[in-house]
Amino acid sequence: MMAKSNVIKEPLSDKILLTFIYVILFAILIVVLYPLIYIVSSSFSSPQAVVAGRVWLFPVELSLKGYTAVLSNPRIWSGYYNSIFYMCAGTLISVFLTFALAYPLSKRTFYGRSLIMYLIIVTMIFSGGLIPYYLTVKSLGLIDTRWALLLPQAIAVWQVFIAKTFFQETIPEELNEAADIDGCSDLRFLWSIVLPLSKPVVAVLALMYAVTAWNAYFDALIFLKNVNLYPLQLILREILIQNSVDNSMMVDVRTMEARQGMKDLLKFSLIVVSSLPVLIIYPFVQKHFVKGVMIGSLKG
Amino acid sequence: MSNMTHVPAAGGLQAEPIRRTIRSEALRRMRRHWQLYILILLPLLYFILFKYVPILGVQIAFKDLSPKQGIWGSPWVGFKHFEAFFNHPNFWILIKNTLFLSLYTLAIGFPAPILLALMINELKNGLFKRTVQMVTYAPYFISTVVMVSMILLFLAPRIGVIDYIRTALGLESVNYIGDASMFKTIFVLSDVWQYMGYSAIIYIAALAGVNPQLYEASKLDGASRLQKIIHIDLPSIMPIMVLLLVLNMGQLLNIGFEKVYLLQNPLNTSSSEIISTYVYKVGLVQANYSFSAAVGLFNSLINLMLILLANFGARRATGSGLF
Repeated sequence: MMAKSNVIKEPLSDKILLTFIYVILFAILIVVLYPLIYIVSSSFSSPQAVVAGRVWLFPVELSLKGYTAVLSNPRIWSGYYNSIFYMCAGTLISVFLTFALAYPLSKRTFYGRSLIMYLIIVTMIFSGGLIPYYLTVKSLGLIDTRWALLLPQAIAVWQVFIAKTFFQETIPEELNEAADIDGCSDLRFLWSIVLPLSKPVVAVLALMYAVTAWNAYFDALIFLKNVNLYPLQLILREILIQNSVDNSMMVDVRTMEARQGMKDLLKFSLIVVSSLPVLIIYPFVQKHFVKGVMIGSLKG
Repeated sequence: MSNMTHVPAAGGLQAEPIRRTIRSEALRRMRRHWQLYILILLPLLYFILFKYVPILGVQIAFKDLSPKQGIWGSPWVGFKHFEAFFNHPNFWILIKNTLFLSLYTLAIGFPAPILLALMINELKNGLFKRTVQMVTYAPYFISTVVMVSMILLFLAPRIGVIDYIRTALGLESVNYIGDASMFKTIFVLSDVWQYMGYSAIIYIAALAGVNPQLYEASKLDGASRLQKIIHIDLPSIMPIMVLLLVLNMGQLLNIGFEKVYLLQNPLNTSSSEIISTYVYKVGLVQANYSFSAAVGLFNSLINLMLILLANFGARRATGSGLF
């Protein structure tokens, strides 16, 4: 662009357009960022400041009351524990199954590959719908067990495409053929050659599955009745959306107004606490996510 | 299928005659990859159990499910449940709400990331560009429950930010969440807020792959920035736009249950009740399985038709479809 000899001067219209773009993007930046900042700031403010609406950018009357109330609730702890379990176990299962499906499908010499691909794509464009899905899971005896959140949504077709494309691009068929001639079995090749080369795609798959698992609530809503198995999102739903706050979180709050302030403050703190795991991994995730979206979309 | 297979296989298989029928070729390849077939067994079992068994289960839409006899043993009743749904007083409201909500989402939510990507692409690599990208992706990671509670908090008539701005300007406070006519706009705008940045990634990646010589040539020809965007950038992301449009069309009636359901309240159901929330309430809450399975099947069939139609249209228009 910055060629030495023939630099072409930017015309005025281009400068105007560029300024316009900067202004718009800056506005977008603020619109996206402001609600996030507002929530974090509110969560560190006092209940009085929150209910009176005195928080607008920075925390007002710095306090941790919201957090102490959130952390003193045993149901939130149990939800947190459950969600971490579902996230870890679910991600392990999902990544394994996705890998086990995508790797054979990435090999051109794998007989039956196009038939299987076809069967998988069909499930992308047609499904039985909610009721048959529910009845199937029920007939498998998974209702009200932890398996109900681990198995029915274990494989996302999109991730299979991402992994398959990755294998096709990174692992040359010739390498496998060479290994074949040397008498190396498929599994051994997979274990000692493919797996070490696949770290980036495993990271992408794991992050995508982990975030989905952490944020999901629908399957828990339809499959779980036992409160002890509830993931965090279902407990969040009760507190944040159905507005049911139990009294254990309302210690030494007497007046109606203080009660209301506490309730609101609690919500802000809860939002922060529940988004923490995703927030912590976000900077790492971001790079891989971009990569994942790119592999999956451009070639899949 | 491919011509990469004429490599001598290991061991005794080498003794096989050169002339192979297709069947023995297939057998040979299957034998060669027997470990991979074992590997793929579990994922295939998953698809059978959780995808294909439910597809067979749609038969209950044509039956009266009795708990004793199960899905397969229940008596057939033909199109009874479909007729009941078509004659249901809520039928047209549901169709209208669902279609309107998804078309509205598509109309705003589809172009927004494209515009964002085109604008980001104009920025020089640097701190501002990285910040814009990093910040706009972030809301994607917020869970639906948290997203909805944020909407409720921000729009609340008492503590909500919007309400403060209104009262500060001397306007009366409005209960947006309780206003049925506001529901769809709230849904769509919050969707754009949450997904615009993430959806833009694909386009940004495609734009990064444009041949720089094209830009140089256009510069020498005296093209303005806007002309460059219209004649180079847009055509280069066109294939992805078509692809995503086809995919989105296929999901038209499938619009997310999760967010709509959480945003619903008794005041806005006239505008917020869509097919998926209705199926959930009638089917799982009221245990009216067969009827709501019929509603769900109707939904799936319309989706299938839409995606095939969109794919056909995309093929006609651009020569490339999704399948």
